[in-house]
Amino acid sequence: MRKAFVETLTELAARDPRILLLTADLGYLALEPFAEAYPGRFFNVGVAEQNMVGLATGLAEAGFIPFVYSINPFAVLRPYEFIRNGPIQHRLPVRIVGVGGGLEYGTNGLSHYGLEDVAVMRVQPGITVIAPADAGQTRSAVAASWNLPGPVYYRIGKDDKAIVPGLEGRFELGKVQCLREGSDLLVIAMGGIATEAAAAVDELAARGVSCSLGIVAHVSPAPVDELAGLLARHPAALTVEAHYRVGGVGSLVAEVIAERGLRCQLVRCGVASLQNGITGSQRYLHDLYGLSAEKLVETALRTLSQTKP
Amino acid sequence: MTESAAKQIRRVILEQSKRAHVGHIGSALSVADIIAALYGGVLRVSEPKDPERDRFVLAKGHAMLAVYAALFLKGWLSKEDLNTYCGDGTMLGVHPEYGLRGVDFASGSLGQGLSMAAGAALAARLQQSPRRAFALLSDAECNEGSVWEAVMFAAHQRLSNLIAIVDLNGQQALGYTEEVLSLSPMAARWRAFGWDVHEVDGHNVAALQTTLAGLDTAGGPPHVLIARTTFGKGVSYMEGQIKWHYWPMSDAEYRQAMQEVEALP
Repeated sequence: MRKAFVETLTELAARDPRILLLTADLGYLALEPFAEAYPGRFFNVGVAEQNMVGLATGLAEAGFIPFVYSINPFAVLRPYEFIRNGPIQHRLPVRIVGVGGGLEYGTNGLSHYGLEDVAVMRVQPGITVIAPADAGQTRSAVAASWNLPGPVYYRIGKDDKAIVPGLEGRFELGKVQCLREGSDLLVIAMGGIATEAAAAVDELAARGVSCSLGIVAHVSPAPVDELAGLLARHPAALTVEAHYRVGGVGSLVAEVIAERGLRCQLVRCGVASLQNGITGSQRYLHDLYGLSAEKLVETALRTLSQTKP
Repeated sequence: MTESAAKQIRRVILEQSKRAHVGHIGSALSVADIIAALYGGVLRVSEPKDPERDRFVLAKGHAMLAVYAALFLKGWLSKEDLNTYCGDGTMLGVHPEYGLRGVDFASGSLGQGLSMAAGAALAARLQQSPRRAFALLSDAECNEGSVWEAVMFAAHQRLSNLIAIVDLNGQQALGYTEEVLSLSPMAARWRAFGWDVHEVDGHNVAALQTTLAGLDTAGGPPHVLIARTTFGKGVSYMEGQIKWHYWPMSDAEYRQAMQEVEALP
């Protein structure tokens, strides 16, 4: 997704001179295409994320579209108050790019995980929150949103190889991408973990479970009506996100179910809490926290056995 | 001789603080002369929405009443609007809110304004515009680490069109800066970071304007005026007193304050 993002941004920059790229000294072997094509529009501001967002606020007020880039928690949490008081309060087109949402930084540990980014961005009115599921969707998501008038947050994975089968890079603002249609269970996934969700749905289908799969890449403002329509047609729903269980897409779906008075059993798959000090590969961690396709299948089957009469 | 803009700003600060029964009086009085200097011919702003105007960030947002007074004197804020200060439904809160005519950037959280001003200065450079960006910081605001992120960036980029002014009144909310978290030597710190440093009397409007007019904003390092000020300047019982960071005036205190300010040139 990261490569797709940088390539797309570099293409857009050729069309629009307002686009700038700022990094807080991260993006080695990632940002070079932009930096080399537009050295005068690329700024490594040093390891100073707060200042980076403040700078972007000043740049955007003067008419630029600055993208600020760092590893997920450094892009979101360290300068969070600057984001709130800057682009959000001033309604300016600053783009926050948080790379490596979820557990993608594996053995780097908690400091590098993005487990609450969607929660803290989603609560802020006026910022568009986008979490693409794969590289193809990253391209279309950036192409559809780079020119929005207000701020945008992009949760971008590092992985450019994983593909969600059937998604084919589709993205529309305000829409859920529905990849499978079934009747027993609705699986709703956000971000790169959608590849695991899709594999789980295919495995469930092979076992005779009729599943729907919805990819929520435009998380906020949320596609509430479409989600409500989907939830109303299923007795049970599983949300899948490499994020804390609280505050992300699982919470969003819970809000929709509660506010619309729907009868749909919800199970939120996400990280409940980290096991202190334990790290490992992303694959290992996904399995540990119940987010691998295998674990999702187990959870789905258990859920269905409890919800069926 | 007509009365000075600084005196008029002080009068508005006292009138409005009394009417609204709010504090932050000492902080606003501390910068009254700096604001008078900036709005009295330094800031190049033909009209508040002109894209080619100089930008100004009141990084120490809690002194905004002094700026409201200046906006009123410029005719950009009506008396009617000024009289809504700190009322229900007003756009004139304690700190500047984005959307009010004449406010380039909102503030209120210390340590953020200089970054925005640096961004504004960088934008002007990229757009090959001669416009400049000003930020007025409090000395205690320099407790915030993010200030020094911006200081480093501006020096590294040699943002000569960025001008910071530090209101060096030696006080902060709960005490004197030397007791809370020492900032000395302030000028040497900025100089060490690569800025062009000017130590000035923050209550001498003419000297402030002369210094600001002499800055090279077309090349070289960014500029900072370390402006020595007296907290609560102009009202004897407020000067140097911690309590006037937050305290509102009684009727008797207001009468005395107004008498003292009216006696100013």
